[in-house]
Amino acid sequence: MSASLDLDGERLRRRALEVAGQVVDPEIPVLTIADLGVLRDARVGRDGCVEVDITPTYSGCPAMNMIALQIETALARADVPHARVRLVLAPAWTTDWMTQEGRDKLRAYGIAPPAPRASRRALFGMEEEVACPRCGSTETEKLSEFGSTACKALWRCTSCREPFDQFKCL
Amino acid sequence: MTTIAATDTPLLNAILARADDALVHAHRLSEWCGYAPMLEEDLALANVALDLLGQARALYTHAAEIEGAGRTEDDLAYLRDAPQFRNLLLLEQPNGDFAQTITRLFLHSAFALPWWTAAMRSTDATLAAVAAKAEKEVTYHLRHAAEWLIRLGDGTEESHRRAGDALERFWRFTGEMFAPEEPSLVASGVLPDPAALRPDWDATVGRVLAEATLERPRDGWMHTGGRRGIHTEHLGHMLAVMQHLQRAYPGAAW
Repeated sequence: MSASLDLDGERLRRRALEVAGQVVDPEIPVLTIADLGVLRDARVGRDGCVEVDITPTYSGCPAMNMIALQIETALARADVPHARVRLVLAPAWTTDWMTQEGRDKLRAYGIAPPAPRASRRALFGMEEEVACPRCGSTETEKLSEFGSTACKALWRCTSCREPFDQFKCL
Repeated sequence: MTTIAATDTPLLNAILARADDALVHAHRLSEWCGYAPMLEEDLALANVALDLLGQARALYTHAAEIEGAGRTEDDLAYLRDAPQFRNLLLLEQPNGDFAQTITRLFLHSAFALPWWTAAMRSTDATLAAVAAKAEKEVTYHLRHAAEWLIRLGDGTEESHRRAGDALERFWRFTGEMFAPEEPSLVASGVLPDPAALRPDWDATVGRVLAEATLERPRDGWMHTGGRRGIHTEHLGHMLAVMQHLQRAYPGAAW
């Protein structure tokens, strides 16, 4: 393969990552898959086909099929017609991969972001302190560990009385 | 009617056993959808089911790759009959009342957590990757089931009685979780040795039952056979519902 082709390949790879990175989570439309850390990598195969790697969040997250479809559509619109999406399991996704920007967007959207490090303590619900995304108070209580989607728990703020979702640590 | 049997090799059987555990348990839990005692619990059981279904999908996909016969996760889930399923008998038992469903979830999650934790070191890279996620998900399942069991056991006279009945009903199926695996797969580091997980399970069960003021049933005759495809009468009925669409409209896709 010539040097110029390599260069074109690298440009195509970056373009694919940029376009795919704009795809949003269908359940939490303020987060892109780049914010989530779901977009892992992209490469250009010998056949010129772009392969985009994504990793599932929760094992059963039904958004993954939708995300894969949206990536292919977005790439086709951006003149990258030959693309396929690959689901990679290892290394396993963790909420630690969510970017700071993603966490800020979540909070602004009304969802408490996951604790920064998915430590065993946070996972076991010990000494968990969740701030209300609306008023910032830490006077909050858990209503249910399982919420409207696999990644969320249901909480309530006892200061401003608003119920809210929390993105669970994984 | 198309019925398939997966190739009979130790590794494929082992991966299918875990996939079938996850799928069968997921299906049982999903039967609560719309019927749970309250909305939050309806969501919780559906979410646990969804986690397990996700684990099952990854494992069936892996099994299909190992087999290399051109089958898909859906073929393995929908086209095998009961004798081809390798799940634990415990997980195919009908839901019974809420206390029974929670007790079954607790007894199995207390085993699944140390199993997945150990499987994170599996020499099978895909199994290790599935384990890395399943371990955290099962942590949530175990905590949820344990909290409920404590609430039921240490609750009213009625809830205590029902939780105790559930333990009695399911205890006879718990021994199967610790049945020896194919020795070559344990020796090569693909599968954890179930006997080594027993102290962990005993400790969790002991701690939670004590807090729930429930008596640990005495170990007696333990039912086995699920891993060899010898099931209780309940699995076939469950599959008749679960596989109905693919049986009635073979190859249906959308």
